[in-house]
Amino acid sequence: MHGRAACGSHGEGTSVKKIINDPKRVVDESVAGFGLAHADLVRVALDPIHVVRADAPIAGKVGIVSGGGSGHEPLHAGYVGFGMLDAAVPGAVFTSPTPDPILAATKAVDGGAGVLHIVKNYTGDVLNFETAADLAAAEGIEVRAVVTNDDVAVKDSLYTAGRRGVAGTVLVEKIAGAAAERGDSLEEVATIAERVNANVRSMGLALTPCIVPHAGEPSFTLAEDEIEIGIGIHGEPGRERIKLEPADALVDRLLGPILEDLPFEGGDDVLLFVNGMGGTPLVELYLAYRRAAEVLEERGITIARSLVGNFITALEMQGMSISVLRLDDEMIALWDAPVQTAALRWGR
Amino acid sequence: MALDITWAVDWVRRSAAVISEHRVELLTLDREIGDGDHGENMDRGFQAVLPKLDDLPAGSTPGDVLKLVATTLISTVGGAAGPLYGTAYLKGAVAAGPATSLDGAAIAALLAAARDGIVTRGKAEPGDKTMIDAWTPAVDAAEAAANDGGSAADVLAAAADAARSGAEATEPLVARKGRASYLGERSAGHRDPGAQSTALLLQAAADAANAAAGA
Repeated sequence: MHGRAACGSHGEGTSVKKIINDPKRVVDESVAGFGLAHADLVRVALDPIHVVRADAPIAGKVGIVSGGGSGHEPLHAGYVGFGMLDAAVPGAVFTSPTPDPILAATKAVDGGAGVLHIVKNYTGDVLNFETAADLAAAEGIEVRAVVTNDDVAVKDSLYTAGRRGVAGTVLVEKIAGAAAERGDSLEEVATIAERVNANVRSMGLALTPCIVPHAGEPSFTLAEDEIEIGIGIHGEPGRERIKLEPADALVDRLLGPILEDLPFEGGDDVLLFVNGMGGTPLVELYLAYRRAAEVLEERGITIARSLVGNFITALEMQGMSISVLRLDDEMIALWDAPVQTAALRWGR
Repeated sequence: MALDITWAVDWVRRSAAVISEHRVELLTLDREIGDGDHGENMDRGFQAVLPKLDDLPAGSTPGDVLKLVATTLISTVGGAAGPLYGTAYLKGAVAAGPATSLDGAAIAALLAAARDGIVTRGKAEPGDKTMIDAWTPAVDAAEAAANDGGSAADVLAAAADAARSGAEATEPLVARKGRASYLGERSAGHRDPGAQSTALLLQAAADAANAAAGA
């Protein structure tokens, strides 16, 4: 089997091709470039590393901080700006940031109305954000945390670290960000973030593994004709490994567990989000969207809003995830509210 | 003989060396059932501790050394291992207190406090296929050795042996905590990388104690 065969151009014995200098400097150099490219939107600090909205802190506005391992770009730095995040804290590739930069980001965006941490449910992220929140509280900053866990691929939360926070996190960040921008209190912003998280379900699949720069080898292996159903955003497994199938069948495999879980019902208004894992072209994502829309229509579910593209990725992995968010009128208004970030911008 | 600051510093140096030496092994174990970063993160953390050892003020205690390790690991390792090991060393430092030398009973108490700290933060139980499966038998063996009147070196040797067996015993387990838990049944057949790094670190402690006893 053996993994490299699954990586297309990376034949046996050849080193992995990446556009990098030093594997240890990948995140620093990439974030520095992000700061240069988007100087109108953000300020970048490199020690400890964090990305802050250019006009932060904003007096009287709730600050929103998210973060996690790098390798999921544009998550999270790509969502820093008007109407979304006030700061992002990128860790090493696929590794949670440590508490120091989370604390630094929290202090940098505290405008006196408190700070919301949006944390994906991965053990390391939760532990490091908890530690940072304790430190921030000791400095007199009110911090609330919302832990996202929208991944239905993880079945039984009693015997696992719980459902993972995956693509639904982007929707939580957008809607909570709009709530903070309109002047909601910390309590109100946290409540709506929880409400989005409670109403969104996601599931993903991988056609190929991805290669962490400092490891230099695939993070898992798949045979030529094999795919992994139910991956998290690092390619770590979920449900099962199967042979590759046509797109419509794959979409059905993801949508089935998503729709059953909440459950979504006829008459619901939803946001349908088809997300690429980094290595799958848009032409395939739209092809998948077509089938997902068809399934929802058959069930009498109305797609009120949509999002298609690479918004939370796993390096160069080929694959996708589908998320469905049940909307209410307030969520729709907040989704439509202006946003101006590197990766999402409309209405302003 | 009791163990003093020289042992504590030597333990840290040996830890850094052994983690560096086993970096690829830990990366490989983690790639099999986790996300493939444990060796890299632990190596980064311990390498960051080394230069700070030279800045320890005169009169520092073993507890000061452990506290230095704790704060450095928390701020450099990331992932789950950073806060978990950081907490372990921090609780160990508190248990060691201001003592300038540690006998067998004090070492056993230090290890127990470290283990308890990891349990409190990570909420794992024995059998969940985590570092706790190396720590728990290590603490049990350390306490037994201390109750038998063992020296600090005896206590650490017992702890290291038990941690190594505990790490090996994680191989057939199905993970219920941490990232490996997403694999379910497929996590069986692989050794837990956190249990393995625990075994390596406790072996380094025992080796440093032996070196101190031989000196």
